[in-house]
Amino acid sequence: MTPVLVESGCVAALLAAAAIAIALGRFRAGSPVLYAATLAISLVAGGQAFLVLLAGGAVSDLLLPLGLPGVGARLRLDALSAFFLVVINLAGAAASLYALGYGRHEAAPSRVLPFFPAFLAGMNLVTLAADAFTFLLAWEFMSLSSWALVTAHHGDDRNIRAGYVYLLMASAGTLCLLLAFGLLGGGGLSFDAIRAGQPGGVVLVAAIILALIGTGSKAGLVPLHVWLPLAHPAAPSHVSALLSGAMTKVAVYGFIRIVFDLIHAPASWTAMVVVAAGGITAAIGMLYALMQSDLKRLLAYSTVENIGIIFAGLGLALAFQANGMDWAAALALTAALFHAFNHAVFKSLLFFGVGAVLTATGERSMDRLGGLIHRMPATAVFVLIGCAAIAALPPLNGFVSEWLTFQAILVSPQLPQWGLKFLIPAVGALLAFSAALTATCFVKAFGVTFLGRPRTPAAETANETDGFSLAAMGILSALCFIAGILPGLVIDLLAPVTQSLVGRSMPVQHALPWLSLVPVAERSSSYNGIILLAFLILAGALTAMVIHRVATRATRRVPMWDGGYPQTLPATQYAGSSFVQPIRRVFGSSVFILRETVDMPRPGDVRAGTFRIKMIDPAWRFAYGPIGRLVRIGAARLNRLQFLTIRAYLTLVFGALIVLLVMVAAWR
Amino acid sequence: MAMTSSMLAWWPDLLAQLVQMLLVLVIAPLVLGITRKVKARALRRIGAPVLQPYRDLWKLMHKEAVLAHNASWLYRVAPYFVFAAIWVAAALVPTYATGLLFSWSADLIAIVALLASARFALALAGMDVGTAFGGIGSSREMLIASLAEPAMLLVVFTVALVAGTTQLSAVAIHMVEEPVGLRVSLALALFAFVVIALAENARIPIDNPATHLELTMVHEAMVLEYSGRHLAMIEAAAALKLVLYFSLLICLFGPFGMATGAQTFKALALGLGVYLAKILVLAVALPVGETTIAKMRVFRYPVFLGGAFAAGALAVFLLFVSKSF
Repeated sequence: MTPVLVESGCVAALLAAAAIAIALGRFRAGSPVLYAATLAISLVAGGQAFLVLLAGGAVSDLLLPLGLPGVGARLRLDALSAFFLVVINLAGAAASLYALGYGRHEAAPSRVLPFFPAFLAGMNLVTLAADAFTFLLAWEFMSLSSWALVTAHHGDDRNIRAGYVYLLMASAGTLCLLLAFGLLGGGGLSFDAIRAGQPGGVVLVAAIILALIGTGSKAGLVPLHVWLPLAHPAAPSHVSALLSGAMTKVAVYGFIRIVFDLIHAPASWTAMVVVAAGGITAAIGMLYALMQSDLKRLLAYSTVENIGIIFAGLGLALAFQANGMDWAAALALTAALFHAFNHAVFKSLLFFGVGAVLTATGERSMDRLGGLIHRMPATAVFVLIGCAAIAALPPLNGFVSEWLTFQAILVSPQLPQWGLKFLIPAVGALLAFSAALTATCFVKAFGVTFLGRPRTPAAETANETDGFSLAAMGILSALCFIAGILPGLVIDLLAPVTQSLVGRSMPVQHALPWLSLVPVAERSSSYNGIILLAFLILAGALTAMVIHRVATRATRRVPMWDGGYPQTLPATQYAGSSFVQPIRRVFGSSVFILRETVDMPRPGDVRAGTFRIKMIDPAWRFAYGPIGRLVRIGAARLNRLQFLTIRAYLTLVFGALIVLLVMVAAWR
Repeated sequence: MAMTSSMLAWWPDLLAQLVQMLLVLVIAPLVLGITRKVKARALRRIGAPVLQPYRDLWKLMHKEAVLAHNASWLYRVAPYFVFAAIWVAAALVPTYATGLLFSWSADLIAIVALLASARFALALAGMDVGTAFGGIGSSREMLIASLAEPAMLLVVFTVALVAGTTQLSAVAIHMVEEPVGLRVSLALALFAFVVIALAENARIPIDNPATHLELTMVHEAMVLEYSGRHLAMIEAAAALKLVLYFSLLICLFGPFGMATGAQTFKALALGLGVYLAKILVLAVALPVGETTIAKMRVFRYPVFLGGAFAAGALAVFLLFVSKSF
């Protein structure tokens, strides 16, 4: 059996599981059976893709007699697909394992069960598709099945609104991709034909822009990110993890497939657009993540930031490729792909953690939590690892990919174009800025949720989550460590991918002494996570041991001190919004459209004082608001057309026909 | 370099590494003692003896640790982690010689990130007991970090672009052996670095290390609940961090005298002497500078640190335009 056959078999199995799940939803045992099945299928699909990548990314093809007549459905498994299949199925397997426990709390399983495997199948199929029709079909299938999952809890009005916005954004994105493939596919719809027949000039420019908008709206590039913070909180937590950890990666895959593979003539202006979009997305995403109190919204905005980092890396790769610096392009592309993998791992982990908190307390807002490290010790440890990894702290994995991105920025002064020379340092500064803010953001998220004293009875009486959920989080935490201290292994796995896309891969890493990471040359930079970790453990343990031996290890438990005037009310602790108040104030006027209203009762008045913060995402005010108003005005005007006479309609149809014929004649 | 050298050639580098680890540990309280003494003299006080920090640490270590009832494991582990992370970072910055065995295991970006790890742990520990002071300290510490760390990364970029490397030992060798000369970019980076170093070490004008009013503290408010050996670890880490920033300043902007070539005994001894002399100069200059300025309000920080960010960004811009700036 060829690898592509195995992968398509897995897709078929997932689709079959979706069909069976419609019946399974009625039974109590249906949920664990289904998630066990998706876990097994994801492991097979991911394992097969991993083997392909390990063996160097050999290409295998499959032509199915489905789809458009005469074209059929072409499927192909190459190195790029294999890498993204690993990422998607890793996230899928982890989500399935998690859902074995988490799914038991689902109130209406029949609204989730059939769509979960369908969603996985859609994502897998996108990466396998080798013709535009199959690609778009799979893409739309993925969008619609995830939409069904977002609106699974449709009792809440906010979820309905989230689903509506998501559906609109997804449709608009698919439309852009459809047009992009329309422009590219002059010679035929299969990817081979598109590669062979390249349009030039304005058509190519339009195709690239459309592809960027189409994939960017799925990935969450600013200002196309507005659906993420709405849709991610609406979905059940294991689905949020997939939306954020896997589906945004499918969007990244789509972008890489179109821009690096199908259009293999990179131009420096493309690179500039992508780098700038990445840098701005990273900074804006993180600033907004900082301001959130809803944990899932915070994670959704943080996904926007990470997508920014990934796209910045991709843009750098395009810039280097356009100038023939293959080795640097391989470095930047590796950084971007590595970050995509890392983000799938730690963001899934964090969504699982939030899901566990949600199950235990019924709360998503960190301002109503606190002290969970005592009630949910294992979850706290795993979430802490996830927070440290996403904050790019060594020796975890997030640091390595950001480090590689910075290394790519440091070789970019060699680029000849002035536009890039001015842009890249600015983007470097934006990335540095967002990296620093990320640490603050996750200190806040972990500190307010898990540390301190419980702010509500729900947080005070929370119980540790189930074993399956913990196992899923534990495995992902372990991966954060492994990819962080042995980054060379991941980079070597990525070698066939970069080889096939930019014709070069980073130097082989696993053979280096001490398992170090040396991206360019030994003189210019190197990093070794194992030694760093060993050093940290050794230094910390040694110090603790010496002090315990030589000095004392006596401890005494007392009430907290707090400068001598301890306040026993839990509300006197710093909460999420107070923690970031300084940053809100620093950036309030320039970045956020912020309104703080303080209602302080006069002395003698006994009503409660209030403090409200209202923030509007500028994307809503400046982009979507005007668009929405235009649509409404346009609809009101066009409404008159619904009440015409038969004669008027006939005239309209005839007029339209004449106009079209004239246009066709003029075009010829 | 060390990474590819054979088994036999290790031991001098290993020795240099161990000496470095002990050196920074031993001199850190002394450096703090000198800055305090100089500051006291500048304020016309007599001040505590320069060896007082050692005595303080010794005393704190032998006291029992007093923990709040709801302090978690994180609160107890954090001081050791913070100390270890800063110690490791300080051990990887070349001070008197470049031939450290493990200096290649973390470059300048990794050292900045290690410090960020330490800060992450300490800020979390500040929130662990759930007091208002811990929260205000953590919040402000992270505000300062959010503004200082990007500026620091821009300084790193500047130095890396001038020297063509982010490896500290290679940077030091480049600065000593190549005719680097006076550069606009390095001057801007130096300015940014000094501002960042003041902020990161909780010195005036950002924070006051000697204040006893909780509301005016940042760093001290964050660790207000700590006592005994845990506090000793945090104090030692703070002292080490000061030495680390002094060493970084020396390594990046004035590594002359460092043993960069063959690591002979004479070169090493000379390097050590020059390093200690430079540390002494900085330890005197810091408090003298501090006594001439006043502490800032919290919401002036963004202007001050934004200046550092702007200087760093300008330096990087200039280097992207031309390598010769």
